[in-house]
Amino acid sequence: MAKKVEIKKVEPNKEPKYSTFVIHTAKYKTLLTKSFTERKKWVPANDKLIKALIPGNVGKINVKKGDEVKLGDTLLILEAMKMYNQILAPMDGIIKSVLVKEGAIVPKLTVLIEME
Amino acid sequence: MSIKQKTHDLKKRMKGALEGGGERAIEKQKSVGKMTARERIIALLDPKSFHEYDLFVEHAAKDFDMDKKYLPGDGVITGTGTIYGYPICIYAQDFTVAGGSLGYMHAKKITKIMDHAMKLKVPLIGINDSGGARIQEGVNSLAGYGEIFYRNTQASGVIPQISVILGPCAGGAVYSPALTDFVFVVENISKMFITGPEVIKTVLGEEISMEELGGARVHAEKTGNAHFFAESEQECFEQIKQLVSFIPWNNMRKALPYLKKEPKTAEYNIDKIFPSDAKQPYDVRDIIRSIGDDSVFLEVQAMFAPNIVVGFSRLNGETVGFVANQPLFLAGVLDVDSSDKAARFIRYCDAFSIPLVTLVDLPGYLPGVDQEHAGVIRHGAKVLYAYSEATVPKITVIVRKAYGGGYIAMCSRHLKADFVFAWPTAEIAVMGPEGAANIIFRNEIKNAEDPDKVRQLKIKEYKKKFANPYVAAAYGYVDAVIEPTETRSFLIHALEISQHKSEEGPKKKHGIPPF
Repeated sequence: MAKKVEIKKVEPNKEPKYSTFVIHTAKYKTLLTKSFTERKKWVPANDKLIKALIPGNVGKINVKKGDEVKLGDTLLILEAMKMYNQILAPMDGIIKSVLVKEGAIVPKLTVLIEME
Repeated sequence: MSIKQKTHDLKKRMKGALEGGGERAIEKQKSVGKMTARERIIALLDPKSFHEYDLFVEHAAKDFDMDKKYLPGDGVITGTGTIYGYPICIYAQDFTVAGGSLGYMHAKKITKIMDHAMKLKVPLIGINDSGGARIQEGVNSLAGYGEIFYRNTQASGVIPQISVILGPCAGGAVYSPALTDFVFVVENISKMFITGPEVIKTVLGEEISMEELGGARVHAEKTGNAHFFAESEQECFEQIKQLVSFIPWNNMRKALPYLKKEPKTAEYNIDKIFPSDAKQPYDVRDIIRSIGDDSVFLEVQAMFAPNIVVGFSRLNGETVGFVANQPLFLAGVLDVDSSDKAARFIRYCDAFSIPLVTLVDLPGYLPGVDQEHAGVIRHGAKVLYAYSEATVPKITVIVRKAYGGGYIAMCSRHLKADFVFAWPTAEIAVMGPEGAANIIFRNEIKNAEDPDKVRQLKIKEYKKKFANPYVAAAYGYVDAVIEPTETRSFLIHALEISQHKSEEGPKKKHGIPPF
C-alpha cells in the first residue's frame, strides 16, 4: 500500500507584505501576483518601425539607408515558418536605418527597419 | 503440451512482457527520480485491484527494420482497477519501452481502454510519459493521436477524465491532457510543450531549459494548463485519490456521499478570519474551511490566478464545488485568467451534477490596458455564460463587496441562482462608495470650498445608504440576510431542498460559449 503523504496546502507567507491596490479610487490592502507585477506596459504603436511579426531568419535585404521607397515595395525577406515572407513598406517614405543584417535570427517584434 | 506446460509457457511469455524495456532502461528511468509505469499504477490503485489487458499486443511497424524489434506491450500498460473501491479504467505509457513513443498499436490499446471506460461509464486516468510520436510509424502515429483526441472530446462531460503528466508530453501529445478534465503535474518530472527547447533554439536562437519552458511550475502557475501540482509522484497519487473521492463515476449519477463531519471551528473561526473593513484582506479558503465538512477543501488550480479560488468540499457528506473571490490576491478582482479558471470549474461541476456554492467579495474587474487588450470582455463573458447555463443547484453567499459587473457575474439572482444569501457586512452596489460619490456628487465636490472634506462627507453618505445588503434585499435579489456563523446550516438546508431540482433550457444542439 502506498505510503500516506500529506497533501501540502499552498499558503501565503505567515506575515505577508500587503500592497495598496486601487480600484475605482478605493484603496485595498492585498497581495500582488507575479503575472500582475510583470505585465507589459502598453506603448502606442509606431508605424515607422517595421517589426518582425513572427520570429525567423532575415533573408535578402532590398534597401539601404537613405533609399526612397513607395507603399508596397518589398523591403526585405523574412524566412519564417518554412516560408519566404515579404516585408512590405507600409507607406511612401525614406529608409532611416536598417537595423538587421542578412542571415540574422530575429525574435518576434524585433525592429527590422526604421522609416521616416 | 499438458496444461501444466502451457501454463508454464504463459508465465514465461508474461515474464518477458512484464519486464518492460529491460533492466538498463528501468535503471535509467529510476536515475531521474521516476517510477516505472507499472509501479505507478500499483501505487495509485487499491492494493491488488489492477487487472492488466493487452499485455501481448505487439507493434505493427515494418519499415526501418522495426519488424525485427520486440516492444513489450508496445510501450503502454492498460487495464482496470479501483481507487477506494471506485471503478477506474487506466493506462500508463512506459518510457522504458522505445521512450514510450506512440505507434499505431500503442494508440489502439489506449483507445480500446477509453472505449471501455465510456461503455462502463467509469472514470479514465491516463498517465503520460512519452517521447512523442513514433517517427518510424509515420502517419499511423498521427492517426493514433487523432483517435485519442476524438475520444477525449466525446467522453468530455460523460465520464471524468484525469491526465497525469509524469515525464515528457510534447508536440501533439499535449492535446490529450488539454482536452481532459484535470491535469496533474509533478515538479522536475512533468514537461509539456508544443515545440521543445531544441527547436526554439534553432529557429529563434532563444535558449531555455525544458523546466523553464514547460515544467510543472510553469503550467501550474503561468499557463493554467495544470490543475494540481505536487512535489513527488507519491504526493501526486494522493491528490488523485482525494479528487476521485469527490467526483461521481459519470454524468448520470451523483458523487458518493461521504462521512458527515462538522467543520473544525476552533481552528477556522469565521469571527476571527473575517475582517469587516472592506479594505482589509483575508484568506477566503479559511472561510470555506470554516463551512465545509471536517474543514476539508481540495483546491483546484491553486497556483494559477489566485485571485479566485475554486475547489471541492462537502456539506453534510455531499460534494459541493466552491467558487470564491480571494481578497488576499489583487483584492479578489475578476480578470482574464481568473474568469477562465472559474468558468471552466463551473462547467465541470454542472456537467457532473455537483452543486455550486459561490462566495462573493470582489471590487470589480481589474482595470488596465493589458487586461482590455488580452480580451477581458471575451474571457469575462465565460463566467456569465457558465453560471447562466448551469442547472445544478446554485447557491450564492455575498460576504462583503459585490460591486458592478462583478456582482452580476458572481452567480447573482439574475443569472438564476437558486438561493442568494448575504452577510450583514455585504455591500451590494453599482460601484464602490468612493467611485460612486465622485461621480454622483461631482459638481458639489468640485464647487465646494473644501472639496476633500465634501468628498469624504459624500462618500460617507453614499456608504450609509447603499453599502449594505438591504437595498438588494428590498427588491428580493437577496433572499435572506444571515449571520456569518449561520452560513453552513443555511447552505445545508438549501442543498437538501434543491436535491431534486430540475431545470431545462430551450432545446438546442449546443450553445456558443465565448471560448
